[in-house]
Amino acid sequence: MILVTLSRDGIGVMSCNPAIGGLGKGHLVREIDALDGVMSRVADRSGIQFRLLNRRKGPAVQGPRAQADRALYRAAMLAEIADHPEICILEGEVTDFIMDGFRVAGVVLADGSRVEASATVLTTGTFLRGTIHIGATSRPGGRIGDASSVALAERIDEFGLRLGRLKTGTPPRLRTSSIDWDGLEMQPGDENPVFFSFLTQRAEAQQIACGITRTNERTHGIIRQNLGRSAMYGGNVAGVGPRYCPSIEDKVVRFADKSAHQVFLEPEGLNTDLVYPNGLSTSLPEDVQHDYVHSIAGLERAEIAQPGYAIEYDYVDPRALASTLRLRDVEGLYLAGQINGTTGYEEAAAQGLVAGLNAAADALGLEPARFSRESSYVGVMIDDLVTRGVTEPYRMFTSRAEFRLSLRADNADQRLTPFGIRLGCVSKARQAEFAKKMNALESGKARLEQVQVSASEAADAGIRISRGGAMRTGPELLAFADVGFEELLALRPELSDIRADIQEQLKRDALYAQYVARQARDVDNLRRDEMHAIPADFDYGILGGLSNELRQKLAAVRPETLGQAGRVEGMTPAALTLILAKLRMGERRAS
Amino acid sequence: MVNHDHTIFALSSVRGKSGVAVVRLSGPDAGTALDRLAGDRPRPRRASFRVLSDGEATLDEALVLWFPRPHSFTGEDVAELHLHGSMATVDAVLQALGDQPGHRLAEPGEFTRRALENERLDLAQVEGLSDLIEAETEAQRQQALRVLSGALGAQAANWRSKLVRAAALLEATIDFAEEDVPADVKPEVRELVADVISDLQKESAGTGIAERIRDGFEVAIVGPPNVGKSTLLNALAGRDAAITSDIAGTTRDVIEVRMDLRGLPVTVLDTAGLRKGRNEIEMLGVAKTRVRAEQADLRVILRECRAAAPTMEPQGDDILAVPKADICEGDFSARTGAGLDWLVDEIGTRLESRAGTVGLAIRERHRTAMKRAIESLQCATIQLKCEADLAEIAAEEVRSAIRALDCLAGRVDVEHILDDIFANFCIGK
Repeated sequence: MILVTLSRDGIGVMSCNPAIGGLGKGHLVREIDALDGVMSRVADRSGIQFRLLNRRKGPAVQGPRAQADRALYRAAMLAEIADHPEICILEGEVTDFIMDGFRVAGVVLADGSRVEASATVLTTGTFLRGTIHIGATSRPGGRIGDASSVALAERIDEFGLRLGRLKTGTPPRLRTSSIDWDGLEMQPGDENPVFFSFLTQRAEAQQIACGITRTNERTHGIIRQNLGRSAMYGGNVAGVGPRYCPSIEDKVVRFADKSAHQVFLEPEGLNTDLVYPNGLSTSLPEDVQHDYVHSIAGLERAEIAQPGYAIEYDYVDPRALASTLRLRDVEGLYLAGQINGTTGYEEAAAQGLVAGLNAAADALGLEPARFSRESSYVGVMIDDLVTRGVTEPYRMFTSRAEFRLSLRADNADQRLTPFGIRLGCVSKARQAEFAKKMNALESGKARLEQVQVSASEAADAGIRISRGGAMRTGPELLAFADVGFEELLALRPELSDIRADIQEQLKRDALYAQYVARQARDVDNLRRDEMHAIPADFDYGILGGLSNELRQKLAAVRPETLGQAGRVEGMTPAALTLILAKLRMGERRAS
Repeated sequence: MVNHDHTIFALSSVRGKSGVAVVRLSGPDAGTALDRLAGDRPRPRRASFRVLSDGEATLDEALVLWFPRPHSFTGEDVAELHLHGSMATVDAVLQALGDQPGHRLAEPGEFTRRALENERLDLAQVEGLSDLIEAETEAQRQQALRVLSGALGAQAANWRSKLVRAAALLEATIDFAEEDVPADVKPEVRELVADVISDLQKESAGTGIAERIRDGFEVAIVGPPNVGKSTLLNALAGRDAAITSDIAGTTRDVIEVRMDLRGLPVTVLDTAGLRKGRNEIEMLGVAKTRVRAEQADLRVILRECRAAAPTMEPQGDDILAVPKADICEGDFSARTGAGLDWLVDEIGTRLESRAGTVGLAIRERHRTAMKRAIESLQCATIQLKCEADLAEIAAEEVRSAIRALDCLAGRVDVEHILDDIFANFCIGK
């Protein structure tokens, strides 16, 4: 396995803010971990502040998040790669593909050298025809200080794919030492940190707090006066930006009635003098950045180490991809990350995992690894991308998962590790840990199910349930939001030998059991439709009774399953029935 | 054999007053439904006489057929109820079935799909049936459109926006907990949900829906002013329903007359003449006409002579005709009655070929949709009153209410909810 990169030093560099996880994103990282990916471990090792978001809400919507030390993150990522001697790092710029008919058979580097491969995963990030904008100046670049990839973009043009343009912004980076921290509100990490990896036991790095400040009317005035000088408002940027990550210009214009916006001052590491002011991303000229930064409390004398900038880059309409992340029309070529229209480290890492697993399966002649909507956020993301495409940089939210109550960060291992074991990507050590945990969970659950508590007995322990009803089992009692394991232990002290983490997990599993059961029917229906695979060469032209419009849409999206076909816009029951009929005919002929 | 959990049912005969109405059930609980409604399951494949009852009242005396799987059209347990064709009877039976556990109305083409999954049909048969399914889907869409263009439509749009707002508030506190969003949205969400529950209860308890959803077909008579639309309506109805006069533009609004045409319940609409209105009231009438006429099941488009261009683009199998055969070369004369039989035949044939079950299906669908939405919203309310902040469970209930109402209020996608969030809150720290 060869990892080609512009520079070895660029591996594990976080180009945006040095934070991993969050809502939806934290779920993705847990899923990566369940499959033994590295992002979770690396983030745990380099984390300098851990916070579980939505701690006061239910576990289904709690997301682990961490601030990372940039340098530690990079070092830990390099160490992981070094730990895998089968990975060989090659420095160079990929400028072309080695083509074998319609098959990509490797890459060509700028110096003319050729690297042959049975499968290639392309992860261009924001480098594909990347353009950096600061005020009225714009220049090619993939990230500040790095060149963009133009030759490769031209090669990709030849594949006849639909390309689009997206943009994203970054804030100016500030010198820690120049910030007046006294008097700023500080946000510490959680007392009992929750990690990304199911295997991590404790934080390694020293833990820090972040600062919080706010913009004010003066800040907004400065921005308003200079709007015309913003690359975005001056009309230099054509790409579409994400609505959930607006620039400070956008916020001031769109929410004119707000007199202040929060700014989180996130240290970029333990031994660095840089702070990432989260909430100030911009494409205003440098002098304006100075002025508005200095108008903010605590930042009056802040020194800008690097100005904020907006970056525009090419992406490939992900509807050209199969759910393995291989380009449907180009054998041997897989795409992952921002090139598919997503944003965020976590979304990119999850795609890297899917593309990597499938590229490996492809090379080894194994079955593809498919992820479904009902079993993972990874599956939700891939399905959204390949069936619906994107209109803005795609970011994961928990609200995108229709089976949110079952797809939790806390049960990512239960959902995916067995799948990972079947795929062969889970280490022996993790397999053993997982088996131990599952045994403990199962025996704990069995014991809980034997518990029988009457309403009056429960009432004595302070648990209010309707009288005269049937006896309640342990899981039934734990299904009440206000009944924890503690209350249960008061009734059945003999359960106290169940491991603390297993107790917590049993409570979390019980809390949603009723809803998960209710959703099971929907899951079954979905699964039934997902079971009908549609061959890649399925000919929609021969189906009488399909409208031309629908035929064209289907031919463009080329759904892989009947379920996916049903999610194509404009699909009718008759059309689905016709496709199913045709599939059935094919099956019968084959058997 | 593909196992489905739901037993589906539908009126599968084209309804005509004189005919028999056939209700078909398919799925694992079809037999149980027979036990409950008819007392038992008759001998397989034999028509047997049974008295149907919902446990309280007698619904109808019917012929009942029982086809245990796999020897049935779908390959599942299938039952057929041959009822007396009256609307009230069919309505009562459909409602009783809808209340059976595990039962729901079939979607267009669903019987076919099950038959197909169980290999009871070949592609040629499916291709033949697909036109029917398409027609049924289209007919449902049109009917729904017609129903929803009225007051109920405005209501449904109102529910939709309130529920989207409620979902957006909850989702904002979940997905953007770190952002500048209000910490406690519960009071507003509770209020929105309570409003919708009370509306839904009012709508589904009373006869609201039943009154608004006209059953049967709508046939619109359109054409230029004074071409003889009202005269035709009067001739069909046999009474002076519309005011006819020789002054063009007499009918300013839409006049509806319910009648039986060839045994089918039909509402004939007499519309204002399609021309540029001379005054405001008439212009309003003309605009209303266009909308109503476009939504009708069928249009009889009248023109002054065969060479004249129709005042409205014909859709599907609309009828083009020239009236006043008594004074010019026309197809019929409403005054003398000549050719009227021909016209009635033309209308009847076209309507009979349509899925005549749509009206009832829509009504039943709306009833169950509202019932389910109310249940979910009540659960959401309980959750919102809880001390524990399980917003995700309240959100789940609101989502399932939205899903239940999608036949009334339109599908709500996560993107609609995100749109609402991004429009109202400044997200992006």
